[in-house]
Amino acid sequence: MSMAAITAAQAGRQRRVLPGFGLTMGLTLTYVGIIVLLPVIALVLKGAEIGPVRFWAIVTAPRTLAALQLTITAAALAAAFNAAYGLLMAWVLVRYRFPGRRLLDAMMDIPFALPTAVAGLSLTALFSENGWYGQFLAPAGFPVVYTIWGVAIAMSFTSIPFVVRTVQPILEDMDRSQEEAARTLGATPLQIFVRVIFPAILPSFLVGTTIAFARSLGEFGAVIFIAGNLPMKTEIASLLAVIRLEEYDYNGAAAIALTLVAIAMVLLVLSNWLQSRLTRRRVPA
Amino acid sequence: MKTRLTTALALALGLASPVAAQDAILNVSYDIARELFAELNPVFAQKWQEQTGRSVTIDQSHGGSSKQARAILEGLPADVVTFNQVTDIDVLAEGGLVDENWREAFPNQASPYYSLPAFLVREGNPKNIDDWDDLAQDGVQVIFPNPKTSGNARYTYLAAYAYALDKNNGDQAAAQDFVKKVFANVPVFDQGGRAATATFAERGIGDVLITFEAETGGIARQYADAKLERVTPSLSVLAEFPVAVVTENAEDKGTAEVSKAYLDFLYSPEAQRVLARNFNRVHDEGITAEFAANFPDVKLVTVEDVFGGWDKVQEEHFAEGGILDTVFVNQ
Amino acid sequence: MTPVTPPAALAPRQDRKAQWLLIGLAVALTLFIVVVPLLYILWRALSEGLAVFAQNILAPDTLHAIWLTSAVAIVTLPVNLCVGIAAAWLIARFTFPGRKALLTIIELPFSISPIIAGVCYLLLYGRQGLLGPALAAADIKILFALPGIVLVTLFVTGPFVAREVLPLMQAQGSEQEQAALTLGASGWQIFRRVTLPNIRWALLYGAVLATARAVGEFGAVSVVSGAIRGQTMTLPLQIELLFNDLNVVGAFAAASTLTLIALVVLVLKTLIEARTR
Repeated sequence: MSMAAITAAQAGRQRRVLPGFGLTMGLTLTYVGIIVLLPVIALVLKGAEIGPVRFWAIVTAPRTLAALQLTITAAALAAAFNAAYGLLMAWVLVRYRFPGRRLLDAMMDIPFALPTAVAGLSLTALFSENGWYGQFLAPAGFPVVYTIWGVAIAMSFTSIPFVVRTVQPILEDMDRSQEEAARTLGATPLQIFVRVIFPAILPSFLVGTTIAFARSLGEFGAVIFIAGNLPMKTEIASLLAVIRLEEYDYNGAAAIALTLVAIAMVLLVLSNWLQSRLTRRRVPA
Repeated sequence: MKTRLTTALALALGLASPVAAQDAILNVSYDIARELFAELNPVFAQKWQEQTGRSVTIDQSHGGSSKQARAILEGLPADVVTFNQVTDIDVLAEGGLVDENWREAFPNQASPYYSLPAFLVREGNPKNIDDWDDLAQDGVQVIFPNPKTSGNARYTYLAAYAYALDKNNGDQAAAQDFVKKVFANVPVFDQGGRAATATFAERGIGDVLITFEAETGGIARQYADAKLERVTPSLSVLAEFPVAVVTENAEDKGTAEVSKAYLDFLYSPEAQRVLARNFNRVHDEGITAEFAANFPDVKLVTVEDVFGGWDKVQEEHFAEGGILDTVFVNQ
Repeated sequence: MTPVTPPAALAPRQDRKAQWLLIGLAVALTLFIVVVPLLYILWRALSEGLAVFAQNILAPDTLHAIWLTSAVAIVTLPVNLCVGIAAAWLIARFTFPGRKALLTIIELPFSISPIIAGVCYLLLYGRQGLLGPALAAADIKILFALPGIVLVTLFVTGPFVAREVLPLMQAQGSEQEQAALTLGASGWQIFRRVTLPNIRWALLYGAVLATARAVGEFGAVSVVSGAIRGQTMTLPLQIELLFNDLNVVGAFAAASTLTLIALVVLVLKTLIEARTR
């Protein structure tokens, strides 16, 4: 047994001394069991009822594939936008001091605080052909409402905070001596950013972008107002699940829902893995 | 936690109706009947008060009628349903919630009023839309809801189909081609009839809205400024608006009597007058004459005559893999 | 005014130009995609004057929706606080097999689309669902009533408190609590005197976020609500209902109340952050 393992084991034993294990374990398991697992199990059981052949047929049906493709493409567009915008915002908010900075910082939380349906209502009105933005965009040959761009814009709005809020603290805590060293060695600001700063914030940047992507995949309230629900074109996957439900097609609904939950699980595990790598790297420093 | 929930629930309900009502029923209805029942319910409440001395509150839930039927199957505690499609009540009957012979429980096959799919176009009818033919033209944008969730849209489908059959001497393939072309002109499929209206009237999308005549009339009146124009096609399908008591729920809650009285009331001259004023066609000739301006002439065919009844329609057209699925890009 | 970077002396002249460019871009983008949509709601709500606005807000169904939404928030908050603290304590202070898996499951609701959560609840509690027959036999109504709305809201808001409190508890370590324990303090005393003061701001922040989410949840609630007017319509559902009633100004008026709540949340958050720094 290595030294580290022994200390870890001791620490573990020592920790168990603290009271409340039974109580907190009981509460947590009750919550997780009733609120989270039971409904998900109901979904899995319903999915199992369908049988693999039928399940595969539902998930690979053209309309389902089109919906999944739209959802993933739009979420990727939204995540790409937020990666760029979030990085910009984190940088500007941490590195520069200017009047109104605190206000700008507070604005980053609006998409968390504002209900998504409200955001959807507002964005649809703004981007529709007679709206404030749409009246300029539509004649320019860039219709937004009822297109994939509308879906991507709604998703972008609701996932704005993720990249900013994960990159910001890392950028704040960063040791600036390396940058200064690079500067004295004659590196340009761009070189410093690419070679020194970006590698340091890369893990948190990736975590933020992954979460933004995952959140966009699941976004519903904001999207349905602006998407238009045109089969094969602007119908997101979670809406298709609900439409199947409303058509009495429980199998179809369960199969699509299960697929979305599986994708969510994969992304969650991915982001937790990234996160643990990130903290491991930060702890020694 | 359970007691807390119950307390909160009691609190919520208590505040919802500060004066304890003696009777309360839930009418689960189709999407566009929002204003109609808002007008009918107070009239019934007053009548009920006069007849029995008891006060009654009628709660409303509106949505695509198939969606509503599913919610009732899942436990939405409806006392009565006022739908726009026989099959949606049949589903409830199959689930044991409604009497099997519900069509005999009230006059006119349990359908107190009827309507038909008709058109609403923009001011001056710029695309010259006069009949079903015009909907299949290139460059015409047609708005109606998702036929999988909305009974309203299923009537639109049936009416377009019936028109094409009539025109092509019963050629099924030609009719399917025609309906396919109409569906290809639809930019948005909303979940319910009212959402489609909002898309057309509020968001300004599409050249023509197809929905029940009751809706085209009401919306033309409400949007007088926009000068939307009603267009009645040469032929359409008679759309029954069947009603039923959800026996299981009503007996459970002890509301069977008031539920039946409520549906009976829909056949009374008072209610029929309200219905006709709101552009719903009624069987009473006197009242129809009173509101003749609301109801242009149209050749009406029935589902029984053209399609051989609802069971057959359900099997051939609306079931999974049926004709609707080939027309409506669905799979 | 000139932007001043913290080590101002190190910033060469051409950097300043880039700074202004980036700040300008950041402000312009934020105005375009965040601020204008927010202000637009208030503008539309008031577009027909204060009288119409008041009339819309005071409509009985909208008032009831406000009440119902508040009730849901009030019922879910204590549950979220207890469970959030318990989960954070469990995961930060103990090691046990399956700890990581448990954390993942606690966080799962974050990445499941809320409407899919609603579908899950329907498959579980619906009359045709897994527990449906048993519930019907016991005459317990969950769906299409307050309990169903509360349950899906708990699902959606569950991870917020734990997620704020847990990193803080982990970072602070358990030395203080261990010390209190050796001094003979009881579990409850340790929690109240040592742990709670340490985590209170994170706890408050988590509570604020969870409540904001509970108030604004749309997708999950829309599946289990049943849309009974004046009874099971929460405020976000009422907004959609008003929009489909073709009362657009009313819809925006209802939306403006949620917008104001969002602004209050922002102010609270800023205050909490000021206290923690």
